[in-house]
Amino acid sequence: MFDLVWLIPSFPLAGVLINGLLGRTIEERNKSLVHWIACGAVGLSFLVTLGIFLQLLELPAEKRLYDFTWFTWISAGEFSASIGYLIDPLSMFYCMFVTGVGFLIHVYSIGYMWHDEEGYYRYFAYLNLFMFSMINLVLADNFLLMFLGWEGVGVCSYLLIAYWFSDLANAVAGKKAFITNRVGDFFFAIGLLLMVTYLGEHGVWSLKFTDVFANASLMSPNLITLICLLFFLGCTAKSAQIPLYIWLPDAMAGPTPVSALIHAATMVTAGIYFVARCNILYSMSPLAMGVVAVVGALTALLAATIALTQNDIKRVLAYSTVSQLGYMFLGLGVGAFAAGIFHVLTHSFFKALLFMCSGCVIHAMSGEQDMRNMGGLRQKMPITFYTMLIGTLAIAGFPGFSGFFSKDEILWKVFSSGPGASFLWPIAILTAALTAFYMFRLIFMTFFNECRASEEVQHHIHEAPRSMTAPLVILAFLSIFGGVIGIPASLGGNNLVEHFLDPVMGLGAGKLLQSASGTSMVQGSAHAVALHSVELEHTLMIITTGIVFLGILVAYTMYMRNRSLPDTFAAKSPSTYRMLLNKWYVDELYEKTVINPLHSISVFFWKGIDVVVIDGLVNGTAAFFMKCGVVSRAAQSGYVQRYAVSFLVGVFALIAYYMYVR
Amino acid sequence: MTDYQSIYLALSAILFAIGVLGVIVRKDAIVVFLCIEIMLGAVNLAFVTFARANQSAEGLFMVMCIMAVAGAEAAVGLAIFVLLYRKTGTINIDKFNLLKY
Repeated sequence: MFDLVWLIPSFPLAGVLINGLLGRTIEERNKSLVHWIACGAVGLSFLVTLGIFLQLLELPAEKRLYDFTWFTWISAGEFSASIGYLIDPLSMFYCMFVTGVGFLIHVYSIGYMWHDEEGYYRYFAYLNLFMFSMINLVLADNFLLMFLGWEGVGVCSYLLIAYWFSDLANAVAGKKAFITNRVGDFFFAIGLLLMVTYLGEHGVWSLKFTDVFANASLMSPNLITLICLLFFLGCTAKSAQIPLYIWLPDAMAGPTPVSALIHAATMVTAGIYFVARCNILYSMSPLAMGVVAVVGALTALLAATIALTQNDIKRVLAYSTVSQLGYMFLGLGVGAFAAGIFHVLTHSFFKALLFMCSGCVIHAMSGEQDMRNMGGLRQKMPITFYTMLIGTLAIAGFPGFSGFFSKDEILWKVFSSGPGASFLWPIAILTAALTAFYMFRLIFMTFFNECRASEEVQHHIHEAPRSMTAPLVILAFLSIFGGVIGIPASLGGNNLVEHFLDPVMGLGAGKLLQSASGTSMVQGSAHAVALHSVELEHTLMIITTGIVFLGILVAYTMYMRNRSLPDTFAAKSPSTYRMLLNKWYVDELYEKTVINPLHSISVFFWKGIDVVVIDGLVNGTAAFFMKCGVVSRAAQSGYVQRYAVSFLVGVFALIAYYMYVR
Repeated sequence: MTDYQSIYLALSAILFAIGVLGVIVRKDAIVVFLCIEIMLGAVNLAFVTFARANQSAEGLFMVMCIMAVAGAEAAVGLAIFVLLYRKTGTINIDKFNLLKY
């Protein structure tokens, strides 16, 4: 079964080729065949993944590593890179939810995109291309193939954000996402090249994860810190963290299923995957870990504060995604790699669910996204309401739901992480309260009270078709019970996730690599196991729960009981309100500090250097010879006798030369 | 080198100079052409003189070639002049300066 791993990326690739090359013909003949091909491809990938996953579970924990080399990709001297896939707990864990959630969103897209005028096949071809890239990203056994997937998902993200490209705003949003990602990828590539060349000089000409990690000790601590920070910059772009998070809220211009799949559930967690994959490198650099944790915490708080005042339903969800990704990085940064990855899983369930519900709402409201024009949808679309409520409870960390366990795990690990806990933990807990508040604000504004939409829109409000609600129900189920696999020991569970991922994380990774490659391993992993105090953990849980309830209560008071309160607050401190509404003016700040100077420099190079110097040089040369021609053409008069005279003069000159000079 | 040879060479030089002068100053194409023929004749005379002086046939051979070329040239040249005259009604070479930049 392990040797069939190449099938997982192959199915979506086949889907891309069929729909991409023949899509127009297929769509004209039989439109539903397009989605059968696309969904079938991802569904088959999911089945293969499931098979491999189950087989992996049967193996003893220390043997769960299998490297499948498909074929050699690049071979140059000693250096070679291959298309190879790594089967280990981390990659299979990711692959499971990437293909699983991806499949559900493919199904949901059928209902959402069916009425779109044209390019049904184009949409599904892009979506399949995304699946192909994402699977390559998480399954790759070397940095280069992973980077291929990394860039591939970026391209697909661009294509899908700008899917309705005839609207300029969408095209601009796509461009912004792509360019922001490019900035991060640039640093990522520098980090990669730095690492490869350094290891190459020391005799390890390989990009394989196993080889690189096994020889990580060849690099000096400072170099590792530098490489980790460069990698992390790449991750901040892909996973929307400070300073490169600005593209994600704008990415909501794409179709809602795309927001759900790419910009919430899977692609944006690629950065988390990468840091977790390289946990050996990060563990060797306390500074890099600290940066990851602090950036994660700050992003979580910043995005949560912005989400408080946004009125666009998808924007609120987008900022909550940024905020939750911050949580994940916070978890990774304090060394709780498994907790971070666990949150990725639960987040992919409930965030995909929330986005798809918002898609149903937007669909029903005839494209309206402003929550101020919604309300009262509870009776009209019950399935959407209940599933979205479940998703909201999950993201808010309501006890018993999946988000509670994963978030609580991170909070606990942050609290017990020692240095930094004194300010990271309060930030995290404050963010949890804000999350509960703005998510319930969304629910109350959308589903409760009277409907504020126009009569005509109200008339059209209807529950979404079956192909859209079925994925909602499945994801709602997973949002409730998905946390079961990670119930911590203190609550009577046995934290299956952590034990499952243990072989690839921290100290466990050393053992696994040792058994696989036989080389000596990095000694001493950075994060020490904190003292586990059950009482303390319970107390923290109660505090968290209390804070979540507080957030919900405030939202209830402000948006259900006394609905003039928000306006009162806004009027009382208009500067704060405007600050939040305008997203802390970060976009404007970047505009001023980065984009405008860059623009000026570009204009200078264009009008100053290119037009004047380079064009001047070329055109000047041409003009010079033109002038020469104008002057010298007087010699060619067309009169034969003048030629004869010059001939004669020449002859005399030659004769004189030979007679007198020689 | 005996005296009569220097006389022949002087005659050749004078003829050549006359030819050159005619080519440069005369405007009638046929006269210019005649002057070219005079120059050729001058050269032929010089060749013959040197051939005689050196007792070799090479100079004579050269003269034969030049006369053959001159004959061919005259045939082509005169044909061109006839055509030019039919087209333009003149053979003043100052009127024909179209072959330029």
